[in-house]
Formats: sequence, structure tokens, C-alpha cells
Amino acid sequence: MSGTGPDTPGMTGAQPDPPQPPAHPASPATVTESAPAAATPSAEATLRADSRMQEERAAAKDRAALRQAGLGQRVLRRTFTANESWTFLALIAIMAFFTIKAPHSFLTTTDLTLIAENASPLLIMAVGQTFVILTAGIDLSVGSVLVLSSVISDEYYLHHGAGSGGWLTVIVGMVLGIAVAAAWGGMQGFLVSKAKIPPLIATLGGFGAALGVSYLITGGVDLGSPPGPVKNTIGLGSVAGVPWLIVISFVVTLVFGLLLRYTRFGEYTFAIGSNPEAPRRAGIAVDRHLIKVYTLAGGLSGLAGILSLAFNDGTTLTGHSLDNLTVITGVVLGGASLFGGRGSMLGTFIGIFIPQVLNSGLVIIGVNVDWQQVAIGVVLVGAVYLDQFRLRLRDRVG
Amino acid sequence: MTKHYGRVLALDGAEFTVQPGEVVALIGDNGAGKSTLVKTLSGTIRPDGGEILIEGKPVRMTSPLDARRYGIETVYQDLALAPDLDAAANLHLGRELYLIPFLRVLNRSAMRERAIAAFSDLGVSLPDVTAPVATLSGGQRQSVAVARAALYASKVIFMDEPTAALGVVQRERVLDLIRRVRDRGISVVLISHNMPEVLAVADRVEVMRMGRRVAVLTASQATVEQLVGAMTGALEVTAALKTVAGEEDRSAFGKEIPNGAQPGQSAGTDPAGGTS
Repeated sequence: MSGTGPDTPGMTGAQPDPPQPPAHPASPATVTESAPAAATPSAEATLRADSRMQEERAAAKDRAALRQAGLGQRVLRRTFTANESWTFLALIAIMAFFTIKAPHSFLTTTDLTLIAENASPLLIMAVGQTFVILTAGIDLSVGSVLVLSSVISDEYYLHHGAGSGGWLTVIVGMVLGIAVAAAWGGMQGFLVSKAKIPPLIATLGGFGAALGVSYLITGGVDLGSPPGPVKNTIGLGSVAGVPWLIVISFVVTLVFGLLLRYTRFGEYTFAIGSNPEAPRRAGIAVDRHLIKVYTLAGGLSGLAGILSLAFNDGTTLTGHSLDNLTVITGVVLGGASLFGGRGSMLGTFIGIFIPQVLNSGLVIIGVNVDWQQVAIGVVLVGAVYLDQFRLRLRDRVG
Repeated sequence: MTKHYGRVLALDGAEFTVQPGEVVALIGDNGAGKSTLVKTLSGTIRPDGGEILIEGKPVRMTSPLDARRYGIETVYQDLALAPDLDAAANLHLGRELYLIPFLRVLNRSAMRERAIAAFSDLGVSLPDVTAPVATLSGGQRQSVAVARAALYASKVIFMDEPTAALGVVQRERVLDLIRRVRDRGISVVLISHNMPEVLAVADRVEVMRMGRRVAVLTASQATVEQLVGAMTGALEVTAALKTVAGEEDRSAFGKEIPNGAQPGQSAGTDPAGGTS
């Protein structure tokens, strides 16, 4: 290279020219020329026809893509790709199957009420879990926090007249239980966001510790009856024929569904799960929002604990160790992505009911209920497989 | 501007100037300190020394929010969009419009309208502002990021390699977008490794090397060779540029090169020595 360029005054002998690749003008040219030359005239013709066909095919594809961009089709496509649509179809299919099999007992009013009552505490925990999963987190502590809340509140009742406590006592006890549960959730949120402990571990620790605290308080023996008003209204009472449990859980789902869909709180929840750097760089206090989300999940588990206390007329120390898995299953069946950023409250609502409906249906047609667990397990794994497949596809495009 | 990372000196008295309504390219080899400089100027990291003047007045920047208050926005290399939110939501992330402010209920239709207006202002064509950003092409996503910055910046937008991951056509679109942003009176600082692109879009070029500004060039008079020479330190002062950096390491550098540049002495053993 030296000597090819003139020495400009400002240069100290070095050549500023970018290194030029050794020129081989002959080699590419020979390749392009030799290919047609080697081919016989007829082969050349087929080659040309082939390429023309390919062009036509590509053009047709372009036109198809353009046509697809129409608004109506777009709405249709989004409806069918939205995960909750498929979940809803699955629920309808299950219901249709059992209705045909057992038209007189399945989905009668009593059966529906039973299903919904059983699902109520799960649904409320799933509402909180949806927020957590949308931030790409997970809350394993829900069942234990439910127990903790019911223990705290029942313990308060025992020291304030037990079964004969009045409304004021009832309300204080409830607020106490929910507050402790919310604080528990907030602490987990702090561990996740500030101490950078993976949510799986932070809430697994919280899961064990909350149950441990509950056992310490009660000495391992379930506490007895809460005051009459609790039992008679929330526990067993109903409004306009609909049990309070169902009313409360449905209202909670609706309210927080609206919060998720229409407010800034929901928007930030989606944004954090989608890409935490985006809201962080937009000046949003991501850590504080995460703490709020985990606090909400804890508080809702606390509310579920109050409902459970009222419904069961006492605490239930055992029997909630698998609630977390049931709840997470419901949320994921409802189309929420464990990778965050995708999901809906409607999906969660449907997702929570699928195992319950399946269970009830299998009992009614006399099939071993254990099949429900097998079916749900298979569907769950399939759902997550599809989700990560979709995510991989998205990242490859991006 | 000075910044240490432990014993590594990332910025060694670096200077940088942006005039109103111009595109300045900030170039330099990897590790020259471009990104560090931009991060100090956009409030992301705090410098160890030096000062920032905006319209002649010294300002303190302790967070990106400070920078934003002064009308400075940044477009990051890795986009910083939320892929599951739509373009309108991404445009308003952190600056939502409300239907019921008390309850923080979002006014999605107003945000959508504003997004459509902002995109058409900048000549960005998106098929659908309500589609999740994940479904857009790389160029469209970068356009959303640039439009987002342009919507809020009143003075300067920093762009760190905005075209690095884009194809040829998309790259052209983003460069057009940069020109349109400039034409609205907002200065654009462009970090890029693509020299032809720098010369095509920038009004001025500032070159960094080893944590210092080593050259300021007028883009219309500069050549790719000059840029590369200034970046690598091979090129000394010419009529078109003035140096800022010290002379010592350069003169040391200069001594070595004539040795390698004499092929007669090293013939056969190191024929490429002169090109370094």
C-alpha cells in the first residue's frame, strides 16, 4: 500500500485510506459468465421459466399480505390469536360435553353455585396472581398467605368475644388479616425488586414462612368459629339468591380487571412484564410498581383468607398447600404468559373455572376425578409450550 | 467532562458541542468514550468532573428525568420499547393522557389520536398504531422510538446507533426521519459506525479517541478517509479540522509508522505493516 497515496502535509506517513481489499475483478465475473455458458439452451429456458414462476408466486404473496391488512380481517385475526378466545372455546366445549352426557344434573343452578363457591377464594387469589405473572413474576405464597390472613383474623376474634363478636369486631378482624397479608406480599415485592431475589425463590420462602407463622400462632390446631355475622353473611348468606362468596369474588375480578385494562397501574404492569427497561428509561419507578403488585397479590390472598374463614367456619391450616399451583394453572390456562406482558383478567376468570367445571362434570358422569388432574397437567404444559414457541418466533422476527 | 471506571479513564476531558437545529455525528472507535459521553449528557451516568452548559448556563443532571426537563431525549440502541404494548402506548409510556385523572384511567383514544398525528408529522407510516410493537418491523420500531423522542424533545435528541440493526431501505427511512426532526429545529446527536451514513446525514462530525475530542469536521467537506484517520489517530490536523487532544501519544504513534512504511526494510516479513 505504501507509496500509493500522496503524503498530505498533515499526515505522519500513515495511510488514512481504509484498507482496500485485494482486487480480483476476474473471479466474480467468471462465475456469472460460466453458469449460463455451461447450461444447454433448453436448460436455460427452464431456468428462466422457474424464476418467472417464483416471481409470480412472490407477487401473489405480497398481494395476499396487503389484503390481509384490512380492518375486519385484522380484528378477526386478533380475536383468534388472543389466547383467552381459545380458553373460552375450551370451556364451552367442556360444558357442552357434560351437558349432553348429564343434562339433568350438570350445570343446574345448585351445581353452578357449588362450582362458583369452591372457586371463589381461588379466583380472588388468581386476580392477584395475574398481575404478578404479567410482570414476568410468580407468587407461590398465595395459599400460605390465605392461611396466615385467616389465622390472624380468627385469632383477633378469639380474643374479642369469639363467636359472639359484633360487626365492629368483625370488620377490625378482617382489616387486620388483609393488612398482614398485604404487608407480607409487599415484603416479597421488596425482596424481588430491591434485593433482586428471583420471584420464584422470594415467594417460595414466603410460602414456607407464612405457613410456619400460622402454625406458630395456632400451635398447629385449627382455630374455631368466627363471630356470627361473618358466618351468616359472607360464609353462608346470599344476596338475591347469589351467595356472598360469589358476589365478592366476581366483583373483585371485575374491579381489578378494569384496573388492569383501563388504568395507568395496569399499563405499567404490562410494560414491566414486556420489557422492564422500557418503563425504567421512561422514568417510571419500576421497583415501586413491583412492590405494589406483590402487595396487591398478598392483600387479595388475605381477602381470600377471610372468605375461606367465613365459609369453613374456622381456619384451615392444611388444604392450601397446592392452592398456588391451582391458581397459577388457572392464570396460565387463561392465556397469561409466564414470560410477562401478555394476559387478561377475562382469561384468568375462564382459566380458573376450567379445572372446576371439569372436576364437577367428571364426578357427575361417574368418571374417576383423578383424570381431571391428568388432563389439566397435559393442557398446562401444552399451553406453556405454545407460549414459548410464540415468544421465540417473535424474538426472531425482532 | 471526565469519567473514571475504577482505574479506567473513560472520558479524559472530553468536550462536545451541539448547535441548535443541526445533526452532529459523534464518531470514534469502540471504547473511545462516545457512549459514556452521551450517557453523561443524557443524565444516565454522573461524570466525575466537568460541566454541562445549556444555552450558556451550567446545569446539573442527576437523572434522565433532569435531562428530559431540559428538552433532551435519548433513543437507545436496544430500543427500550415494550413489545407487548401498542405504538400509541409506547409513545406515551410515562406520560399517559387520562380520561379520569383522579383514578388514573387512561384516555386511549386521545393517545391514539396523538400518536397518529405524531407519526404523520414525521412521515412515519405504521399499518396500525394499536398493534403491539412486537408485530412491527425493525425499522418501524426504530421509527416509533425516534418519534417518541421527537414528540417530547424540545432541544436535543441523542441517538445511539439508531440504524445498526436495520436493512438498507429501513435505514434510509430512519435517516430521513432524522433530517425531518432536524428541520423542526431539534438538534440530533447521532452515534454511528457507518461513515457514509454519517456524511450523508450529519452537518458536523465530532471525532472522539481515547476519551477526548480529537477533531471537529464539517460533514460537507470531510471524506470517509478523514473520518477514519481521525478516529484511529492516523490522521493529523488538516485544513478542515482542528485538534483538541494532546500531541504526545500521536507523535509517538507517528514515529512507528515510517518504520513499517518502508517496505524495503521489512519486505517479505510484514508487507501489511504500512497499512496500520
